[in-house]
Amino acid sequence: MQVTAQQIRTWLADVPDPEIPVISLVELGVIRDVRQVDAQWEVDVSPTYSGCPATSVIAQTIREALAEHGVSVAVNQTLSPPWTTDWISQSGREKLEAYGIAPPRAAGGPERCPRCHSADLERLSQFGSTPCKAQWRCRTCLEPFEYFKCL
Amino acid sequence: MVGGPIAGVDPVAILAGRMGDTALVLGHRISEWCGLAPALEEDIALANTALDLIGQAKLWLDLAGAREGLGRDADGLAYLRDAWDFRNLLLVERPNGDFGDTILRQALFDGWHVQLLAGLRDSRDEQVAAIAAKASKEAAYHWQRSRETVIALGDGTEESHARMQAALVRAWPFVGEMFESDETDAALSSAGIAPAPATLSTSVMGAFEEMLAEATLRAPEVSRWQTGGRSGRMHTEHLGHMLSTMQWLQRAYPGCDW
Ligand SMILES: [Zn+2]
Repeated sequence: MQVTAQQIRTWLADVPDPEIPVISLVELGVIRDVRQVDAQWEVDVSPTYSGCPATSVIAQTIREALAEHGVSVAVNQTLSPPWTTDWISQSGREKLEAYGIAPPRAAGGPERCPRCHSADLERLSQFGSTPCKAQWRCRTCLEPFEYFKCL
Repeated sequence: MVGGPIAGVDPVAILAGRMGDTALVLGHRISEWCGLAPALEEDIALANTALDLIGQAKLWLDLAGAREGLGRDADGLAYLRDAWDFRNLLLVERPNGDFGDTILRQALFDGWHVQLLAGLRDSRDEQVAAIAAKASKEAAYHWQRSRETVIALGDGTEESHARMQAALVRAWPFVGEMFESDETDAALSSAGIAPAPATLSTSVMGAFEEMLAEATLRAPEVSRWQTGGRSGRMHTEHLGHMLSTMQWLQRAYPGCDW
């Protein structure tokens, strides 16, 4: 079978983010380019945060996932333009909310509680369990929840 | 060598070395708070800030190593150089002190970092511009938090105000080094690679004045700034102690990996 860039993207759409496995690397928006250079497949990946420990895991996950389809790839890190939460797809946002993580918003805070959908919210901390998240709490159901920081 | 301006060396290696060393030393310093901060939220915030800074340090030091052309990567530069070869601002190597000292130092660093990165984003060197664009988003987030915390503590209780004012008196003499220039800076600025440090002074000092006024804190008069870290002339005694902890594993087990 002839492997195409589109086929590789389709395979990558099934590769989960190592830290938030409900969304794929494609939905996270970190896959910037897939191309073939002199018979060698290359995938450009944009790191989310400079120090995110998941960055090297992501590269390894991509190599392993494509190796299962018999494709060997070189994974390049690309810094420019820098990754932004705007690149998280609509389906990615919906899956984040269903998982209990409020998706990022330009306004700088969550729109609603991922559990009860109340808009009566308070910020607990600008940082959270991973570099990409902050801690918030719902004043209606009183549950704390994570918010995917807007970057 | 990243170590200092030497004829024939790409000035970008020196710039990236200074940026990387400053981010690395501060990143390591604040990681020392992990598990010890006064509140869980602050603990998490400091650890995450450390992670961002160490990530930025890796980007800068890999660039420094590539441009100096001596076959050293970020790890080689971070773990196998001695204190006299580091080119960080003296401000960031000082011990953490209490939480007030730490957050005030963070705000002074962040306020400067944000403005410097904004200038470096327009660098004619593509790699410098790319790292700066990436780092500036993180720096803006750090600055927002450290600034707000300095204001909350400065304009807080009698105790928190007194401790923040004392912290400011201790840290302020190190601010002048941010705007110090040498031949490398002149070369970088005339080539359009980096803004001349002195040109940042108006915006950075303006941001500090605004923050300190809101925090009801007063910067002391300084007759002579404490400098020498970024030029390599001298470091404080504290850097060597910090490096002995940070570098111990690689020194004891060279090339150790996992
Ligand atoms: Zn709720």
